[in-house]
Amino acid sequence: MKKKLTQFTAYFIIWLLLTWSLHFQEVMVGIVVALIATALTRDLFPDEMIKFLNPVRLLWAIFYILYLIFYIILANFDVAYRVLNPSLPIAPGIVKVKTGLKSELAKTFLANSITLTPGTLTVEVVEDNYYIHWIYISTEDPKRQKQIIIDRFEWILRRIFE
Amino acid sequence: MSNPVAIFLITVGVIFDLLGCLGLIRLPDVYNRLQAATKSVTLGTCMILFGTFLEFGFTSGGIKALICLIFVLLTSPTAAHALARGSHISGFKLWEGSKMDKLEEDKGK
Amino acid sequence: MITFFFILIIIGSFMCLYRIMVGPTPPDRMVAIDILGILVVGICSLYAVQTGKDFYLYIAISWAILAFVGTLALAKFLEGRSFDE
Repeated sequence: MKKKLTQFTAYFIIWLLLTWSLHFQEVMVGIVVALIATALTRDLFPDEMIKFLNPVRLLWAIFYILYLIFYIILANFDVAYRVLNPSLPIAPGIVKVKTGLKSELAKTFLANSITLTPGTLTVEVVEDNYYIHWIYISTEDPKRQKQIIIDRFEWILRRIFE
Repeated sequence: MSNPVAIFLITVGVIFDLLGCLGLIRLPDVYNRLQAATKSVTLGTCMILFGTFLEFGFTSGGIKALICLIFVLLTSPTAAHALARGSHISGFKLWEGSKMDKLEEDKGK
Repeated sequence: MITFFFILIIIGSFMCLYRIMVGPTPPDRMVAIDILGILVVGICSLYAVQTGKDFYLYIAISWAILAFVGTLALAKFLEGRSFDE
């Protein structure tokens, strides 16, 4: 029940933002559409979304977004450096790193964050192992690789989801 | 165009878009191209959309630009991941200058 | 000023078209199609700023959704699976 209510509220808020009017007819259609969408996407909506009702987790999530934006901007300067350099400084390869996160949603967020940060792209996830395409492999040691790629996000995601 | 911050953001965004497309031309194989293009074009387009939001303010148009920004930011890495996984499964090899391919080694097991 | 932005972003689109035309393997072409889709979202947004009308942003949202679904379909085709799974 709690999950359904969260789901309905989320859909209704998105509807209100998209129409951006509080006219009576718009709100009524919004309620009907949100109810239909709630019934149709019961299985698709992750159970762990309810955790965001907790304000501490929500604050950490907002901090995580700001932290991520910093790394995205860094990643873009990295790409600009590699593309504009005439000698093309790349040494690519696929490395394997292991994560300690358990929750599925946290793993999804980690994979997407890895894709947006400097020089890394998630290719495949098998249980706890991430196979990551790295544009410039600076070290062959697996521990050091984990430290560079995963550790900068893992501690925050653990606070948000676990 | 009146807001100077919006003009700055849109300028930087367009330049990043252009750099991402240049990466698409210059880099040697699918995975490298995917890396450069996804990162740069995602941030570039998000900056253009945020500039649009600043230009329109909290009106119907501005909120739509914000929703579009969040959507692009969430879906673009997922699309890149799906493409990289698909091309590795169907057996397209890495560039010959690559250092290692752990996924290929583990596939045989 | 904004005409200059259009020229730059259209040069970028032509780079994508070059990769779609030349690209040695199918995944190269698919990557270029994906990137072209996101660039079109940016172009729609620039039109909205130029004309001051917000309905271009409706086009941008729809285009972002369709480009994402299209890319996922292409990726599934690349994996050699049917759409039912």
